[in-house]
Amino acid sequence: MADESVNEGIPAPEGASDIIETDYEIGQDNIETNIGPFGLDIHNPVFMISGLTVVVFVLYALVAPTQAADFFGWLRPTLTSTFDWFFLMSANIFVIFCLVLIVSPFGSIRLGGADATPDYGYPGWFAMLFAAGMGIGLMFFGVLEPAYYFGTPWGDEPLGTVRPFAEDGTLIEANVVEAKRMALAATSYHWALHPWAIYAVVALALALFSYNKGLPLSIRSAFYPILGDRVWGWWGHIIDIVAVFATLFGLATSLGLGAQQANAGLEYVYGIPSNVTVQVVLIILITIFALISVVRGLDGGVKVLSEINMVLAMLLLFFVLFTAGAVGIFTDFGNTLVAYAQEVVPLSNPFGREDDGYREGWTAFYWAWWISWSPFVGMFIARVSRGRTVREFITCVLIIPSLVCVFWMAVFGGTAINDMITNLGDSAVKANVIDAYVPELSLFAMLDGLPLASITSTIGIVLVIVFFVTSSDSGSLVIDTITAGGKVDAPVPQRVFWCTFEGMVAIALLIGGGLVSLQAMVISTGLPFTIVLLLMCVAIWKGLASERAIT
Amino acid sequence: MFNRIMVPVDLAHAESLDRALKCAADLAGQHGAEIVYVGVTAQTPGAIAHTPAEFKGKLADFAKEQSEQYGVSVTSHVIESHDPAAEMDKDLLKAVRETGADLVVMQSHKPGLTDYLFEGHGPYLAQHAEASVMLVRD
Repeated sequence: MADESVNEGIPAPEGASDIIETDYEIGQDNIETNIGPFGLDIHNPVFMISGLTVVVFVLYALVAPTQAADFFGWLRPTLTSTFDWFFLMSANIFVIFCLVLIVSPFGSIRLGGADATPDYGYPGWFAMLFAAGMGIGLMFFGVLEPAYYFGTPWGDEPLGTVRPFAEDGTLIEANVVEAKRMALAATSYHWALHPWAIYAVVALALALFSYNKGLPLSIRSAFYPILGDRVWGWWGHIIDIVAVFATLFGLATSLGLGAQQANAGLEYVYGIPSNVTVQVVLIILITIFALISVVRGLDGGVKVLSEINMVLAMLLLFFVLFTAGAVGIFTDFGNTLVAYAQEVVPLSNPFGREDDGYREGWTAFYWAWWISWSPFVGMFIARVSRGRTVREFITCVLIIPSLVCVFWMAVFGGTAINDMITNLGDSAVKANVIDAYVPELSLFAMLDGLPLASITSTIGIVLVIVFFVTSSDSGSLVIDTITAGGKVDAPVPQRVFWCTFEGMVAIALLIGGGLVSLQAMVISTGLPFTIVLLLMCVAIWKGLASERAIT
Repeated sequence: MFNRIMVPVDLAHAESLDRALKCAADLAGQHGAEIVYVGVTAQTPGAIAHTPAEFKGKLADFAKEQSEQYGVSVTSHVIESHDPAAEMDKDLLKAVRETGADLVVMQSHKPGLTDYLFEGHGPYLAQHAEASVMLVRD
């Protein structure tokens, strides 16, 4: 453990804070070299090993597609159904940990030192939090998930709640209200406090150890209180490599699958054929926009795009809100909040339940998924959160995004469910979610039932694409920073490399097959990372305690 | 003719800046000008310093060494950047405004292939800054 006393020799960040003294110098393991005309400044061995492992796994998925699909297709569900209790309990711990930090005296500690001022104003900050971490999921699941829970005939209804449809497809009036209430509550459970608590833990750990303790902005730094100077050796290398690996594959597989979704939308709305060529063009387009964004940098690219993204998403949200009946939806929002408050405890209790389909197939899957994304999103949130107090940080990363997500679900899900109830015979939502399971069309099916569907569907497709760009650019920055040993000022060609590499991996997997199996593999990394996150909570507590001792 | 000469410094590669540093010192002596050394840092811990405050200290030390070596009057100025690798051009432009420099002397590499892809910081400053800009080739 580091020296707990104030070190006169080392200047404090800004005002009092407790710098960790270590002999490690940032960049000491880096190699500065030139490849052709391009200068590089990369961490040895994290850069090389992460890059090579990615190539090896891509080759494996391409050379032995069936074996890879069988193996990862078995591994992921096995992990989430065997360890569902572990995922659920861990996520609960993260939520409680964050809530305790808000009310504890640690809440007043400021990230970046006692006198630091916030780098970003609230609008830009929120836009970046959202665009990096969740936006794309809101587009995909906003209609799908509530509609699915409402109408599922497959026996995975949350908490085994009542069914609104009889066997012959007719509505059972008495069950409608309860089924809708539970559908919205169960969806909100997956999008409100728990995922944001997961992100908050990782982000807080990184921000604290980087801005207040002076360690490099890299995942390994959060382990300093536990591993000590060993984090600069192979322990740290492995942590960073796994983080890069999960981030890159998480982004690349989502990019490939997202291109398929966007293509399905284009086909549904414009009749553009759905095939690999169109999807490859989409990936190339997304990658080009992401490249422009990373070359323009954090303020000139990523932030600007995130803000554009937020404005578009708000437009779509308000359009749906007002055309689908604002009064009804505000009532839905109120009801959803109440239902969430009532059901969050039963939903998050892993024991003595019989709704395996929901708990293992949805909740544990989500938790593993959020956790496998947490190194990326957490690190990005840390990068833009300097100058906030711990209390302000957690309130803004946990509470406010949760409310926005619940509202989004109430608007999109509530509208979709109402469509299923009122247009019983010819609901496009029901046709694409329940009668035939075509998840990528659920959003467009819902928009179909509202006025100006061709315009809003276009906005929907543009949003899907822009959300991918904003995930892709922030992800490339994160990977670049980790593979440069925590340096944020590595030469620009490096981030160009990672951004391009990610697009190429997506294209290779799209053409050769293997998107689904490698995504399953990424989600499987959620299990080891859950343990990592639990350790991070301990590290945060120790770090905040030493911070508080001197301020 | 010149009152304040701004010299952008990359502390990580200060040893390779000899020609520009010497040139700036000569000009300062000749015109009785003051030199202001400018450094750009991220707020995250980096190779030079753990915090912006530490960076300020190191740049000030560097300026003092230069002053002793060349016998000119110096100051230093730090620009904090969210993303130094991508925003260096704008950061340096901001530094010209903030320091009120009327001449910028900076080291520049010989032009090559990559300059068609990534414009150098020197050419950008020469194009956009109101101050005179002198690029010293290495």
